[in-house]
Amino acid sequence: MATTTVPSSPPAKTNRVGLEMAHYKGNKSTLCAGCGHNAISERIIEACFEMGVEPHRVAKFSGIGCSSKSPAYFLNSAYGVNAVHGRMPSVATGALLANRHLIALGVSGDGDTASIGIGQFVHLMRRNLPIIYIIEDNGCYGLTKGQFSATADVGSKLKTGVVNDLPPIDTCALAIQLGATYVARSFSGDKRQLLALVKGALAHNGTAMLDVISPCVTFNDHEGSTKSYSYVKDHDEPVADVSFVPFFEDISVDYDPGTTTSITMHDGSHVLLRKLATDYDPTNKGAALRLLTESHDQGEIVTGLFYVDPQRPNFIDLLNVMEEPLATLAESKVRPPKEVLDQVMQSLM
Amino acid sequence: MATTHVEPKEDVSPVGRAQIINDLSIQVATVNGSGSQTANLVLLRAIFQMGIPVSGKNLFPSNIAGLPTWFTIRASKQGYIARRRDSEYMVAMNPETAEEDVLSLKPGAACVYDERLNLKRLRDDVIFHPVPFDQLVAPVCPDARLRKLVRNMIYDGVLAKLLGIEMEEIHTALQKQFRKKAKAAELNWNAARTGYEFAEKNLVKADPCTLERMNATQGKILIEGNAAIALGSMFAGVTVVTWYPITPSSTVCETLTDYMKRYRIDKETGKATFAIVQAEDELAALGMALGAGWAGARSMTATAGPGISLMAEFTGFGYYVEIPAVIFNIQRVGPSTGLPTRTAQGDIISTALLSHGDTQHPMFLPCSVSECFTMAIDAFDLAEDLQTPVFVMSDLDLGMNTWMSDPFPYPTKPIARGKVLSAEEVRRMGGFERYKDVDGDGIGYRTLPGTPDRLCGWFARGSGHNEKAIYSERPDVYVNNVDRLAHKFETARHKVPGPIITDSEKSEVGIIAYGTSHWAIEESLDQLRREQNIDAGYCRLRAFPFTPEVHDFINRYQRVYVVDQNRDAQMLGLLRLECRAEEIAKLRSVRHYNGMSLDARTVTDEITSQEAAN
Repeated sequence: MATTTVPSSPPAKTNRVGLEMAHYKGNKSTLCAGCGHNAISERIIEACFEMGVEPHRVAKFSGIGCSSKSPAYFLNSAYGVNAVHGRMPSVATGALLANRHLIALGVSGDGDTASIGIGQFVHLMRRNLPIIYIIEDNGCYGLTKGQFSATADVGSKLKTGVVNDLPPIDTCALAIQLGATYVARSFSGDKRQLLALVKGALAHNGTAMLDVISPCVTFNDHEGSTKSYSYVKDHDEPVADVSFVPFFEDISVDYDPGTTTSITMHDGSHVLLRKLATDYDPTNKGAALRLLTESHDQGEIVTGLFYVDPQRPNFIDLLNVMEEPLATLAESKVRPPKEVLDQVMQSLM
Repeated sequence: MATTHVEPKEDVSPVGRAQIINDLSIQVATVNGSGSQTANLVLLRAIFQMGIPVSGKNLFPSNIAGLPTWFTIRASKQGYIARRRDSEYMVAMNPETAEEDVLSLKPGAACVYDERLNLKRLRDDVIFHPVPFDQLVAPVCPDARLRKLVRNMIYDGVLAKLLGIEMEEIHTALQKQFRKKAKAAELNWNAARTGYEFAEKNLVKADPCTLERMNATQGKILIEGNAAIALGSMFAGVTVVTWYPITPSSTVCETLTDYMKRYRIDKETGKATFAIVQAEDELAALGMALGAGWAGARSMTATAGPGISLMAEFTGFGYYVEIPAVIFNIQRVGPSTGLPTRTAQGDIISTALLSHGDTQHPMFLPCSVSECFTMAIDAFDLAEDLQTPVFVMSDLDLGMNTWMSDPFPYPTKPIARGKVLSAEEVRRMGGFERYKDVDGDGIGYRTLPGTPDRLCGWFARGSGHNEKAIYSERPDVYVNNVDRLAHKFETARHKVPGPIITDSEKSEVGIIAYGTSHWAIEESLDQLRREQNIDAGYCRLRAFPFTPEVHDFINRYQRVYVVDQNRDAQMLGLLRLECRAEEIAKLRSVRHYNGMSLDARTVTDEITSQEAAN
């Protein structure tokens, strides 16, 4: 360049809480290059930044496995627990009981959820705890070198040639049937859809369950795998086009009510679902379950927001606990006065 | 002796037998699900109200209705409240067990029984009192469906007459038992009176036992250990309670729920200052308690042996990540399902060292309902102080039986929340390192999630981590961390309650016991003095890790008997881990593990026999 002027870099973009994208980053990923999980971490970072989430309010949770390492790779200044295998839901539940203002963000894997963790998963879903629960689903155990998990499809083949002959657990169908109130499936390679779905989850007040197919480049990205990049790209059938309008942006967005459904989320944001091939009503449980069953039978991987109910009270609301976090209630609130003990003692005499 | 307590028409002469006042054991044999618990508790309470020290032990099956159950009431003017092996009185109501029950009686005992059972033929050295229960209950209780539940109250009246229990106290006890259910109280009162009147007209007292009013229970309370834990937890300021039902611990959280709904609803908002969740299993129960502890709540769970096994992994996680939680272990008989409704000190070693890798956990060892209350409070303070799971080791005997106690003391110390940093404090310091031993006690500083500063966030993980809580597999980092945890356990040694010691200048014999064994030991110490001229020293452990006084005690005696209610002498095993060789050489074992609560005779006989062989 000929001029001597030093070009001033444009000021970094800040979000509505005055933070830059950099504030939402995590440690450098130690997962394999090309791992779908890294793309999911990036969408979480973007979604939290664009939504203006305050990192100190975020509590990240995970179990054990490649997926469960990933909370270290986003939102470094948030709080987090990398718990034990398959049992992150209970830890997250306890944390939200202690402090209902935390934004709980759980990341699990298909083994951590559908095999060892299925017990805690189903109970989490039925409680409708306010949590975002993302399954980074690659159909195999990456960290122990590629064994099948319980989401592997019938006929799917391991690198070693072993073929899976047991049917997969459909975590989305389970979640819908059990009572989760925001249930979606996406693909780590579909940036646009995944970002909209994560934002919608952040706007939801209940269990948001996202099963994200996230190919394992090392152990399950070969021919014969139904969780490889190429297989998912070829078989991905979005049920509707998802976009998201946050509550702090102009809500008079242009959309055609004939082709697009708008869902008002708990915080006032909107999830917009534009019709693709067929009509689809994401508030109809039966329709959602039918769609999942039929598409599975046809060998399609249907993605999108399958079911949403922004109204159902969440678990914390049902418990009628105080607004103030239980964790930090003053002694005067949690230790009854001496008269109460005297009264109880009197009744036992 | 004057026979003022003896009816004139007596046919079995009490000549030569001194009257026994306020020293007897009554065993009631019934079928569970028949409402006998009410009759038994009313009896217990009536004796208590007469000022006589009393204890009750319920021996029940793992079943809801139809299997045999026994309830033992012991009244003792000396204040002994341990179980006794034999009884002076038997109430035989259960056809299934009646013959065996009668055959087990010592000669001279009295037996009140359901006339239809025709037990009189079995022995001639027992005083039999047949009672036509069905005949008596019909006019009292016109509703045939309720008769099964009311007929047991008849033996309360019969015993009142035979033993001198004041009917006014039966009445008062009934009112207390049924509180607002006036109709039920009335029905039961009529049944008790019917029994009394029947005995007055038809039965002839021939045994030497009577109960007389004394003044040894004034101002005392009657309560179960699990209810005492519940009260302690409420006054400790517990905020998150997560549990899974398991005998004999369930009533901890059930009673706690009742108390919390009554006394812990915020007056201004009408909202709960607590959350209680029945989890899907014990793994989740502890996972939730640890999640809550991590987020800053005072959290707890209550369980028993099989639950402890399931909690092993999470306990190690809590130990290594350093998260406070209080776990009440109401021990029962194992292994596996074992005898779920029988008592044992069965989990001493498994709890002390629960989980894989190098782990060790502080344990409180309450012996009384009063200690259930105070130790519950102390356990919450210690858990947050040490930032680690802390166990309170009760057992079925303490937890589910009704015990006499002085009223519980209101806590004098304010709630201590441990080393928690605020955002201002972290900002002032320019950051913090979660696992750094700043104070030299092995305990780091923590922040709670939600603390509003980006310097406050940290990532808790059960995998290797450095002082900044960042993942690390470095050998030196790992060693530093686990050595600090060992140092923290040494800090715990100085924070847990020391033993209660009664020394003897005259004897070479010492006894170490803990938990509910205490009540048998107190009586056994008297028996050993009286019968063997052994004036043993006594050290009652109140916590693990052991404090230096325990070693001093062992050093002062030549032979130290460690009393365990388990087969494998588990506390002796823990002592072996911590004692020097010359201390270990002094340790002997007294073990009791048949599911019954420990009685003094077992201890006395075992020590006597081992001393004789010495």
